[in-house]
Amino acid sequence: MEILTAIFVSPFLDIASSPVFFAEVVISGILTGVLYSLVALGFVLIFKASGVFNYAQGAMVLFAALTLVGLMEHGAPEWLAIILTIAIMGAIAFVIERFMLRPLVNQELITLFMATIGLNFVLEGFGQMLWGSNVKALDIGIPDNPFEIHIGTESILLGTFDIYAAVVGAVLVISLSVFFHKTTIGRALRAVADDHQAAMSVGIPLRTIWIIVWSVAGLVALVAGIMWGSKSGVQFSLSLIALKALPVLILGGFTSIPGAIIGGLIIGVGEKIAEVYWGPLFGGAIENWFAYMLALVFLLFRPQGLFGEKIIERV
Amino acid sequence: MSQDRNIGSVLLDVDNISLSFGGVQAIQNVSFNVREGEVRAIIGPNGAGKSSMLNCINGFYHPQQGVITYKGVPRKQMRPHVAASQGIARTFQNIALFSGMSTLDNIMTGRNLRMKVNFLFQALYFGPARKEEMEHRLAAEKIIDFLEIEAIRKTTVGQLPYGLQKRVELGRALAAEPDLLLLDEPMAGMNSEEKEDMCRFILDVNDEFGTTIVLIEHDMGVVMDISDRVLVLDYGKGIADGTPDEVRANSQVIEAYLGVGHD
Amino acid sequence: MFYRESGQFKTRYQDDQAVFTIAQDRYFVYAVVAFAYLVIPLWADEYWYEAVLIPFLVFAMATIGLNLLLGYAGQLSLGTGGFMAVGAYSAFKLITAFPDLNVIVAFLIAGLIAALVGILFGIPSLRIKGFYLAVATLAAQFFLTWMFNKIGWFYNNNPSGTLTAPPREMLGYTITSAHATPQTRYMIALILVTVFAVIAKNLIRGRIGRSWMAIRDMDIAAEIIGFRPYRAKLLAFGISSFYCGVAGAMLLFLWLGSVETEAFDINVSFQVLFMVIIGGLGSMLGSFLGAAFITLVPVFLVNAPHLVGLEMPTDTQTNIEVMIFGGLIIFFLIVEPHGLARLWQIAKEKLRRWPFPY
Repeated sequence: MEILTAIFVSPFLDIASSPVFFAEVVISGILTGVLYSLVALGFVLIFKASGVFNYAQGAMVLFAALTLVGLMEHGAPEWLAIILTIAIMGAIAFVIERFMLRPLVNQELITLFMATIGLNFVLEGFGQMLWGSNVKALDIGIPDNPFEIHIGTESILLGTFDIYAAVVGAVLVISLSVFFHKTTIGRALRAVADDHQAAMSVGIPLRTIWIIVWSVAGLVALVAGIMWGSKSGVQFSLSLIALKALPVLILGGFTSIPGAIIGGLIIGVGEKIAEVYWGPLFGGAIENWFAYMLALVFLLFRPQGLFGEKIIERV
Repeated sequence: MSQDRNIGSVLLDVDNISLSFGGVQAIQNVSFNVREGEVRAIIGPNGAGKSSMLNCINGFYHPQQGVITYKGVPRKQMRPHVAASQGIARTFQNIALFSGMSTLDNIMTGRNLRMKVNFLFQALYFGPARKEEMEHRLAAEKIIDFLEIEAIRKTTVGQLPYGLQKRVELGRALAAEPDLLLLDEPMAGMNSEEKEDMCRFILDVNDEFGTTIVLIEHDMGVVMDISDRVLVLDYGKGIADGTPDEVRANSQVIEAYLGVGHD
Repeated sequence: MFYRESGQFKTRYQDDQAVFTIAQDRYFVYAVVAFAYLVIPLWADEYWYEAVLIPFLVFAMATIGLNLLLGYAGQLSLGTGGFMAVGAYSAFKLITAFPDLNVIVAFLIAGLIAALVGILFGIPSLRIKGFYLAVATLAAQFFLTWMFNKIGWFYNNNPSGTLTAPPREMLGYTITSAHATPQTRYMIALILVTVFAVIAKNLIRGRIGRSWMAIRDMDIAAEIIGFRPYRAKLLAFGISSFYCGVAGAMLLFLWLGSVETEAFDINVSFQVLFMVIIGGLGSMLGSFLGAAFITLVPVFLVNAPHLVGLEMPTDTQTNIEVMIFGGLIIFFLIVEPHGLARLWQIAKEKLRRWPFPY
């Protein structure tokens, strides 16, 4: 009986008793959610444009961040470091296309997925070999001044960094959406995602498209890397974020750019609330699995995610 | 041709069926019946709702309106595996074979409903499991014999040419020893030789086993030759129903096919 | 010339449905089995047992399990580690709580418990397919490892959180924990794997195997035939998890002797997935080949530099190993996406014609 109250009653009472604190938890969740979304965006891009689920996206985030920090440690000013990193990510995209995607064209998707897992290992090993595996601080000058929003007698503590992150996320989403739906290249990308062979037979240059997509994904990875790295340091566990992006993708749908943001927000907020209000009941660390359970429950009711395309099977 | 058939009472009765998907009305108030032992053709221009009708009969689609009565039992909603257990088997327009399995295995899957031995025995593969497996292997081989596909029995069906795949699919349907066999364009994409073979098989099945056959087909020659009665659909509505000769002379049918302009 | 089937006639269907229809195949397998049972125990040393043979058997068991689920039934699962954990922890609790319980029986019961958990987490598979299902299985993976980590009862409240296998005997031999000789543990593992591999093969060639493959290839059509996708999928999850559970128990009791939850984390799930794919989806032989490959590669990579006389700082070495591992996987997928089993088949085809080129 006590357990039932503890699960179904007390947390809600806690929430109600201090709405301002609740708001702070929610906002904190939103901000983590934006960061998840940034990573998820990279997935969506590649999936949308080539049908490949790029497990290595997390490693790309890590690699981009490591490269950036590494370059800066060697004395490059921030703007130069960023440009160089973008160029390096582009070069990596080229290599990936040449040595991994091209030989595997028209293979089953699970094969490509497995290849990206292999790629994950390669990038992780490579990045750490080049730049070392200590935790690094990343500072490219995003101000993080704390400020308070006062509500009644209490206040919510935020930092300007969080605002920047939210804005960056929004800008990325909007520009990518526009890119996909309004430009010719965007249309070509969508064609490729649908059917490689058909796209080739109408003259869409698969190779160029893929290089473009993976470069853009690399750029997104860099942005995500900058955001995450500035917040919690650049370290190995960054690549594990990739796994967290999966529930985001479930909720948002694998092919929807706005879905990635919304999914990220839902997961971020849900996780935080669960951890803060229900976590203590279970000894903490609910965050490890809550997002997946949430995604699972969601899937039971809507197997294609919030924004995914409904799968109609025809016989 | 159809004169010697032993045609019995009504096996399947379709009463006032309507089916729509979202905004699209696939079938509108269609009624017809099928008698035991007959060969019933459903014809009509593309998109007329023929495949959808078959899908309703075996429970793939659920019509919003109307009742389908099979073997005297009226049903609002059939389910595919219930249909299978009731003796309805079918083939598909786009071939729904299990592409990773061999011909033999595909046909053996058709025997599934008759395999009863539980899985513990299967794990040991001896005694009752093995005996049952051999019985069904024998049944499958008879079908392979009948359809003259012995040479490809171990080939993975995904590698077979289209015409042979269609034959294997027929074999799988026959393996279930159905009372009602639904064939969705069994001769599509075949040359005339293959069509003759297919016709022969279908007629043999009807002759030897008395299986009732409902057949969707575009080749008019085939339809006129082998069917007892023909139902014509156009835009989801039934526009004619009768013997091949009656239907051939029906002006609405001619219009539907040739698209005579209206004033 | 030597590897032809001409002259080998089958006059009964039984013979045609046998596992090895070509006599040469049969003899080859008998030879391998004889080698495993008779020759290896005579000259393998401790390193080989601990680093190669026993883990190979443990993972072969898990790979067979995942192959049944993924290769035959077509359900993508990333929860393998979690199900292995269920087996290990269940066996642990059973064996520590009932000291007189026969170890093998404990393994089997642990397998059954894992099967039940597998069925539970397999329930979503009716509505969810493909990648989405994979993510749902991740929920199983993360939840189970979290649960085993958090709830002290599972590890008998050992403050370090590790499970340690207590020594247990059977027929006068100590077969578990460090007290047992590697040789004994190897034999037990070998017997388990042999028995369960045979069972798996039997399941595959009968009705159940066909129902799985039907679901895998086209589950809509499967329903039309009268298969019940739900039942087949749940059965696949159950049986697969049974195998993974037993593998987990084997990992604890016959190989490592003590584990923490990390031993069953997501990396293990991916490892077994690699084994299935590189070995060859939907192939029993592939399961063994894949397990062998993935077990051997790290061993090889660790030892290779020394063999060539190269000395490298450890973390560079680790990084290079990781990179090579990833590179090998990509290479493999490019060269033969259907896995080692297909390569083997191709080799056999060539062997039929040998020594003639055509």
